[in-house]
Formats: sequence, C-alpha cells, structure tokens
Amino acid sequence: MAYSDKVIDHYQHPRNVGSFGTSKEVATRKDVGVGIVGAPECGDVMQLQIKVSDTGVIEDAKFKCFGCGSAIASSSLATEWIKGKSIDEALAIKNTQIVEELSLPPVKIHCSVLAEDSIRSAIADYKKKNGVAAETAATASAH
Amino acid sequence: MAVKLPIYMDNAATTRTDPRAVEAMLPYFTEKFGNSASRNHKFGWEGEDAVDLAREQAAALIGASPKEIVWTSGSTESNNLAIKGAARMYAKGPEGTKNRGHIIAAAHEHKAVLDPCKRLQNEGFDVTFLQPPADGVITRAMVAEAMRDDTILVSIMWGNNEIGTINEVPEIGALCHERGAIFHTDATQWVGKMPTDVERDHIDLMSWSGHKMYGPKGVGALYVRRRNPRVRLEAIQDGGGHERGMRSGTLNVTGIVGFGKACELAMHEMETERERLLGLRRKLERELSSRLEVVQVNGHAERRLPHILNISFGYVEGESLLMGIKDIACSSGSACTSASLEPSYVLKSLGVGDELAHSSLRLSLGRWSTEEEVDYAVDAIVKAVNHLRTMSPLWDLYKEGIDVSKIEWQTH
Repeated sequence: MAYSDKVIDHYQHPRNVGSFGTSKEVATRKDVGVGIVGAPECGDVMQLQIKVSDTGVIEDAKFKCFGCGSAIASSSLATEWIKGKSIDEALAIKNTQIVEELSLPPVKIHCSVLAEDSIRSAIADYKKKNGVAAETAATASAH
Repeated sequence: MAVKLPIYMDNAATTRTDPRAVEAMLPYFTEKFGNSASRNHKFGWEGEDAVDLAREQAAALIGASPKEIVWTSGSTESNNLAIKGAARMYAKGPEGTKNRGHIIAAAHEHKAVLDPCKRLQNEGFDVTFLQPPADGVITRAMVAEAMRDDTILVSIMWGNNEIGTINEVPEIGALCHERGAIFHTDATQWVGKMPTDVERDHIDLMSWSGHKMYGPKGVGALYVRRRNPRVRLEAIQDGGGHERGMRSGTLNVTGIVGFGKACELAMHEMETERERLLGLRRKLERELSSRLEVVQVNGHAERRLPHILNISFGYVEGESLLMGIKDIACSSGSACTSASLEPSYVLKSLGVGDELAHSSLRLSLGRWSTEEEVDYAVDAIVKAVNHLRTMSPLWDLYKEGIDVSKIEWQTH
C-alpha cells in the first residue's frame, strides 16, 4: 500500500509524542484529560492527553499510538489541530477532515475515526474530573 | 561490500529465478517452441524431450520415478488436484450422500489446503482440522488420535510457510500407510531446501512449486505414487487427456524446463545452501533477540526450516514496523497488511496473543541473501522497533508494570 507524503512525514516526524506523566500520575491531575481508545487485538490503541487551561483552552496535547502508519499520522495530526483550540472547537473536528488532510484510503478510515474518538474521550475525561456534565463520554467509542 | 537496497527477505513468498534456469528456458520461447503433445514433427519432439528431461530432474530431487510427476500451474493447483481428486476418487459413499469419508488436515495449513478441504465438507466429507500446539508441530500421535476407520485422506504440510515449523511428515506418512489412508503433503516450502525421498518418507501425494525454489512462477508439480499403493485421482480439469488424464491442458514447456533446471540445481546445492542459510537465520534471530526486549520467536525453537524466521516484537504494530524498515522486503502477520483486518490465523492457531500476532515479521532468506544484508536488517529493525516503542502507549504500560492483556479495552 502506498502512503501519502503527509502520512510518511507524520510517521517519521511525529508531532507531540509523549505524555504528561505515568498513567497513575495523570489519573489524578484535574488539568489533564486522558483518552485511550482502540484495543491491542484490533491492532491499534491511541492515547491522547490534553492539558486544559482555566479558561477552557487546550494548551498542550500529547499522543502515543500503537498502530499502523495511518493511525500514527491521524493521532499526530489530531494533536496539532487541537492545540490552542477551545474544548468546543476541538469537539467539532470530524474524522472526515483527517481523512482528507492525510489522503487516507477507505481501508484506513477507521484510523481517523479512532483519532476523533480519542479527542472526545480525552475531553470527556477532563470534564468528568472537573464535574462538568460529560455528554460525550458514553458515546466515545460507540462505532 | 555495500548493501544494495532494497534488501529482499521474502523468499517464502517467492524467489528470484536462478539465471541458470532462465538460460535453460530461453530457447523454448522462440526456437524450440513446439507443443510437447505434437507427436509428428521435430518441434513437438523437442518439446517432449525437454519435458521428459525436466520430469527426470524433478523425480530425481524427490526419489520418485519420472512417471509419478504431474505438471501443474503451481502448488495451489497441485493441492486442489491432490485433495479433491483423492477425496472424490476414494469417497466411501456416492455424491450427494452424507459421510462420504473422513479427511484430516491441520488448522494452520495454507489456504490452498484449507479451502479445498472446506469445499469437500460441503460435498459431504467430514474434515478434522487438527489444532496445532504452541510450538506449531503436528506429530504422528496427533494424527493417530484423530484417525478413524473411515479416514480416507490425510493432508499435513511439511514445512509451514509462515513460521517454518517442520511437521512429523515421515512418521505421519508411515501411520497413513499402516492404516490404509492416502497421505498428501504440501511441501512447497520444503522441497529443494531439505532432502526428500518419497519412499523413505512414505508420501503418496506431494505438491510443490517452481517459484519457491528459484524456478519460474506459474509451474508446479504433483507427485502421485504409482506403486504400493497406486494412487488414483479424479481429474479436476478435463480436456485433451494430458498427464495421463489427471491434468489436461497444453504443457507449459518453457516453465517446465525452468522447473526441471531449478530441481537439478537444488539437488547439487541444497546441502551447502541449507547450512549457509541456517547460519544466517540463526544470526538474525540471535542479534534481534539480544538487542531488543520482549521479542518472541514464533514456532518450535529448533524444528524449523533453515530460511524462515517469524518473530514478534511486543507492543509494536506490524504494519508500522514494515513502514519503518521500508528498505527490507518482508511480510507481517499484522491485520493491517491484509484486507481482512484479522491478524495471522496461523499465529492465532498457535495461541500467540493478539498483541504479539499483530507485531510479527516473517523474514525469509534465500540463495542470494548475504551476511551484510542480515547485519543491515538487524540494525534497521532494532532502530524501527525502538522508534515505535517511544510512541507506543502499550510499551509505557508494560514499563509501568501493568499487564496489557488484563486491561479491559474498548473494542470497536
């Protein structure tokens, strides 16, 4: 399968790889939202961590991804796009935009869906930690 | 010596045709182009002579008589002809009835064995698919346990194409002969690499392909035993009655010439080549296992073909790994490399966990593989695995001491 140049670029130079601490540490941090979606048996797991300011702006984002090149590129791109955005703006990002930006073939669309899910899941975690009604939490992985 | 890129390490998929085989084939395209079935002119005789020589070369490689070789288009066709042809010929009941006979195969056979068996199930045959143990080796005892009075056919591959494990073929063959069942083996990865003697090894039917042993693609052979017992097959392809009626169709003379030459070369070079490839494969295995953590060699530790290494790198996904070693041509058991989005059924049948099945590479060496290439591949794989592990959330969890298999994942 031929990858687009953008996928290859994100694979070779992933943006914002990392985390804001171990899984234990971030679990108690109220300013950090964590989303982990996918499963090892499906061949992809994405972890997205967002650091949110008092004013509700995503100041920083970090990802880790176990998955194919398209999955890595989708999550790398997601971190780029959500940085500096408000929570509501980040929630408006659709997987189809990721598909378009990275020229993903049909067989790789699930990678973009996973990236969108990871954004929703991380925001839901942040809202839950801060006592905000998390309307998206239940639907985060329903597809 | 500088390594020429990309490096080919997918010899279990196909091999380069040996230039000596190509050389032998060339006259049969343009000068000696006759149909080997044309009995009344020089062109036909030349073709027939060439096919006869190739039949001798193929038979000599496996200890058979030339009359026992049936030419086909490759192992898939040989397997189909052997399995369907024998089952239908030795069926206990007429077509359309139930319980036409019992067949034994293994769950990690190639699809070209599994699918003909599944078709026979629909035709009323009862098929047992043996589940391999964790080391992947099918033993005589496993087959013996599955044998019934109505077992008519057993099909067990010799060397597995994905993991390279070697089944107890001579022992299983002997068992079949004791019990009066026909024994077929898909020896595609075996013949030309390992010494084969259909008499000593109790084989009734054996499939192999030209292109896996440095011959051309599109030509294969089926060994069909003629004595003790004489094995009969119901043809699948009918027509001009070629190959004693078992496989009609004008012979691929050019391909057959290349196949024969490849058999002759294999016979002379097998011993030294096997030792050399085993040395290279062991180096590959040793270096990768010592330079990386959480590495698993799949299949039996010792009972494996000299040229195939199937190895899993924990917490790294196979397709992304292939992307990181784009200068090395090899295959992965990862779901993402196939249309099915399922990881390798062969690894799964061995009980390899999903996370390790997704992260497997099959590296297969061949006649032109060099030590420099092995060194280059090791460096590239180590670098790519480390790169991917810095990005892997599963690797972090492992490093934190969390058992990834115990987590409840949100499957999608």
